[in-house]
Amino acid sequence: MARIEIEETRCKGCGLCTLACTRKLIAMSETITKQGYVTAVMTDQEKCTGCALCAEICPDVAIRVFK
Amino acid sequence: MHQVFKKPVSLKDIQTHFCPGCHHGTFHRLVAEAMDEFGVQERTIGVASVGCSVFLYGYFDIDVVEAPHGRAPAVATGVKRARPDSFVFTYQGDGDLAAIGTSEIIHAANRGEDITVIFVNNTTYGMTGGQMAPTTLVGQRTSTSPYGRNRSKDGAPIRMAELLAQLEGVAFSARVAVNNPKNLMDAKRQIKKAFRYQVEGKGFSFIEALSSCPTNWGMDPLSANERVGSEMCSYFPLGVFKNDSGL
Repeated sequence: MARIEIEETRCKGCGLCTLACTRKLIAMSETITKQGYVTAVMTDQEKCTGCALCAEICPDVAIRVFK
Repeated sequence: MHQVFKKPVSLKDIQTHFCPGCHHGTFHRLVAEAMDEFGVQERTIGVASVGCSVFLYGYFDIDVVEAPHGRAPAVATGVKRARPDSFVFTYQGDGDLAAIGTSEIIHAANRGEDITVIFVNNTTYGMTGGQMAPTTLVGQRTSTSPYGRNRSKDGAPIRMAELLAQLEGVAFSARVAVNNPKNLMDAKRQIKKAFRYQVEGKGFSFIEALSSCPTNWGMDPLSANERVGSEMCSYFPLGVFKNDSGL
């Protein structure tokens, strides 16, 4: 069982993590943050394998991965 | 459950000024990870250039010297010669290294200074408003080439990694990208190799890092990321062009 945490205040909504996730578990939010960004959100935590590719590709180091 | 991915220690915990989708942030992290791995944070002196990379001193938890435009390799030469026990790297963009600082990079490389150069190539002058750089691709529209770069008038883009690999003084030269997980993992390996060259005192190492610039390319982050893999990688092939010690 793995888990990721996306830091909303760090995410700038570029969406690169949505491409990196091989299981397509990350989507963009429907709301915007205080800074005006649409951020990345995890859609199905249960299916996450903790491969950390989303965190690796994130230019803003906004994702923490636990396994 | 334990944390398997976290921010490197050498990187400060603050948000960068980089635009959404810009690869500068990723390269900052990879450089910080390499510093952590070799345990050189305490004796590292970074040399920042002019351009989007200028705020390096705010993002890395190390000592940094800010060099005049293009002169980072010359400043790094002085730092390394004065403090041979320090770990010295420069982090420069293409407007800085391939245009204004061509003389400094070529001669520092040719002298075989024991420094590492991280060269971020995004085919444009990012911070100053997207002007044409020596690395701008033929046909690419920029604010100073509104009809596209013209080969007969402006020449062809410079391939710095190949150019420097020809010099005797260069020990390691490679070109990397971070547009997908496969390229990113390779970039991580090559940056660590470049650092190892200096840690082991084996000479000048050079990394050309292909980056996107969504804002100045007039693209959204995902299309800009796609362009790195298609247009940029076909003109600027990824790979290792010199690896003297076979690390």
